[in-house]
Amino acid sequence: MPLSGIQIYKLLPKTNCKDCGLPTCLAFAMKLAAKQIELAACPHVKADAKAQLADAAEPPVRLITLKTGGAGAREVKSGNETVLFRHEKSFINKPGMFLRVRDDDPIASIQAKVAAAEAYTVRYVGIDLTLDGFAVQATAPFDPARFANVVSAVRASSKRPLILIARDVAVMTAGLRAIDGESPLIHGADASNWEAMAGLAKQHHAPLVACADSLDGLADLTGKLKAKGIDDLVLDPVSRQLGAALTRQTQIRRLALKKDFRPLGYPIIAFPGDATDPTQEAVQAAQAITKYAGFIVLERFAPEMIYPLLVLRENIYTDPQKPIQVLPGLYEINNPKPTDPVLVTTNFSITYFSVANEVEGAGLPAWLLIVDAEGMSVLTGWAAGKFDAERIAKAVKESGIANKVTKHRLVVPGHVAVLSGELEEELPTWEIRVGPREAVDLPAFMKQAL
Amino acid sequence: MPPQVEIPKDSWSGSVTTVTLGATAAEGGTRSHTVTVGGHKSLPFMHFEQKMSHRPVVALEIKDHRPEDWSPLLLELWGQAANDPASWAKAAEQAGAELLVLSLSQTGSDGNPTTPETAVAAVQSVLKASGLPLLVFAPGQAELDNTLLVPVAEATRGERLVLGICEDKNYRTIVATAMANDHLISTRTPMDVNLAKQLNILVRDMGIPTDRILMDPTTGALGYGIEYGYSVMERLRLAALQGDGNTQSPMIVTPGAEAWKAKEAKIGHDVPASWGDWKERAINWETLTAVALIESGADIVVLRHPESLRRVRAAIDELMI
Ligand code: B12
Ligand code: SF4
Repeated sequence: MPLSGIQIYKLLPKTNCKDCGLPTCLAFAMKLAAKQIELAACPHVKADAKAQLADAAEPPVRLITLKTGGAGAREVKSGNETVLFRHEKSFINKPGMFLRVRDDDPIASIQAKVAAAEAYTVRYVGIDLTLDGFAVQATAPFDPARFANVVSAVRASSKRPLILIARDVAVMTAGLRAIDGESPLIHGADASNWEAMAGLAKQHHAPLVACADSLDGLADLTGKLKAKGIDDLVLDPVSRQLGAALTRQTQIRRLALKKDFRPLGYPIIAFPGDATDPTQEAVQAAQAITKYAGFIVLERFAPEMIYPLLVLRENIYTDPQKPIQVLPGLYEINNPKPTDPVLVTTNFSITYFSVANEVEGAGLPAWLLIVDAEGMSVLTGWAAGKFDAERIAKAVKESGIANKVTKHRLVVPGHVAVLSGELEEELPTWEIRVGPREAVDLPAFMKQAL
Repeated sequence: MPPQVEIPKDSWSGSVTTVTLGATAAEGGTRSHTVTVGGHKSLPFMHFEQKMSHRPVVALEIKDHRPEDWSPLLLELWGQAANDPASWAKAAEQAGAELLVLSLSQTGSDGNPTTPETAVAAVQSVLKASGLPLLVFAPGQAELDNTLLVPVAEATRGERLVLGICEDKNYRTIVATAMANDHLISTRTPMDVNLAKQLNILVRDMGIPTDRILMDPTTGALGYGIEYGYSVMERLRLAALQGDGNTQSPMIVTPGAEAWKAKEAKIGHDVPASWGDWKERAINWETLTAVALIESGADIVVLRHPESLRRVRAAIDELMI
């Protein structure tokens, strides 16, 4: 059970010296209980109290960071989650998505796969989404030199974080040596190799995956690894089937959060790429995203699969309290002239970008007026009274658009055609035009009707 | 000796209502079999607490006439079958649909508003062509919905069809005709827990038994608001298990319609290369939307593409183990 604020308070110096930046020790205790501040922020905690507080200071799911250095360097953070359901607060650290290569594939095809994935970005609501890194898997018959070679080749093509996958200690040693000085995620330790793997993890300051196909086995293994001084662990519950994976991942998250069960308080790694039916890789990955995975290893580089998965990850990890928004105001698309049309919409990101992308993509110049609808879509905003004639008229006036265009003609979304009457009253000098309902049809409408 | 991990089990006081769709000849209808959903006493697929009673089922949506606004991918796939509801129903059953949703269009292929006669004829031809339990969804215009659904309900008395969609504006007529003619209803509210509860109270106040109510909390597609639908469904299911009687109806959602509205599924030309292959992307869009919603509590998902159906059913098979 986590310590309460009061229990923590009793272990503090109670001097209210404010060195932690808070007015009182009690305020600090409350923040620490809520895991909103680090124990280290108080320089005066006594050693014995520190030991007792160490657990309280630990997040229920340990934060694991994979970092690389130099140009093109990246960071992936996983863990630190505090809820079972996103509506309770928010999921925090998006699971890292890794693409796997196997060391028995020809080097040329490995390099091509890595290069394609490395170059891959896809734009979604103004955000450039990418994969996070690569996993290199050793395959039987194991060959340390071959593995090292492939690890080097991948590193030469990408500076993103790596996961090295080999249970054979000699192979893993060779792989780690190939990128000496780095701390990739090591996959992994099991009941038979854990001591040697712990040694490697320590030597390379690298986080280590514990693999066992039962929760008892996992807890046993993480206990032993922790006793060896390995703190940065990741769990592989070895369930490669949807039902079993859902069950285990839910149980692990529940134990960590509800029982503060330290032996399983680590991020989980999932392997949708192991799906026997390749069409189920996307499905398994989707489940991994929604149900608690911290690292996800994919097999195929297929944009038609990667794109929806990256979008799902954005969606599930948005803060339910704050819809993603753009700044209200006047946006210029394709350098509009005073004779070009004025389109109006809301400041909900998805809405803004679905309109802006269509117009921009079609190469049509336009003025896009974004009304502050408190981050709601056209119809939601309309239904909630946040996207009405009054707000639109206000936005028109405040934007100064009247002085920028010669043709005072405003195009409203087809879904809110009902607003046109009221708008004509609010904006008597403007011609109000009802556009199509869907943004996809906007370019055709603009070419024909405007 | 390894430590014994004590697995925390939730125990709930409430459960989801069991609802059976369709009626066989013995039960006063003409369906070849019935489909039962709901009955859950734990969160989806938590078999270690309580073996999940009835698996989520996958419905395919068909229309009363060829829908010109559907994605060309879908129209091409269904081909000639989409030209009339009976052959479409047969094709959908062959493709593995467990339920059929016939959604009536606002206008006929001639451009005039759909008439009660054509609606009844479409429903009857589908019932003749396929033995699957059927859901009939009206176009979503309160007045038109009533004029179409009442004669449909009367002409198919005893079939235990699901009539939809009951919204706050039009539920009275639909609930009344469902009760009078031995059918079920599906309610819909816009992604809001409280609105879902309110509508449930309203329809139950009319006296319809709870085992004839499905609820559609509405969803958005992947990339277009799925996170709202996902969380509302999780909250509704948690409320149901906690014992809130107004949230205990099995949930139906329409990821097919939502996903195929998204540009990513609908359109194949002039899109970024990073979107990848059109067909596979569209199927992923629909499949992933559906799977995410099934894991958040959907009992019935309505899809449009047979390959998505195959993938979603395969996922459910694995989740039921
Ligand atoms: C997600 C969602 C929500 C989310 C909010 C998301 C957000 N940030 O806006 C939540 C759950 C919070 C929500 C709440 C509500 N919602 Co709501 N919601 C939806 C849902 C499912 C999707 C909306 C969406 O994001 N669409 C995607 C965006 C991109 O669409 P869009 O903004 O319309 O933009 C498109 C077009 O309009 C067009 N376009 C946009 N701008 C322009 C500009 C021009 C010039 C042109 C030509 C075209 C154009 O291009 C875009 C792409 O084609 C819809 C139902 C549905 N499936 O559509 C209901 C829906 C919009 N909601 C509805 C309602 C009633 C509500 C509530 C009032 C319910 C309530 N009482 O709680 C609340 C209001 C909010 C509040 N008071 O807090 C109703 C509106 C009914 C109506 N016709 O008035 C809908 C239609 C559901 C329904 N069928 O009843 N909702
Ligand atoms: S720094 Fe430590 S001792 Fe000083 S007020 Fe903060 S918690 Fe108390």
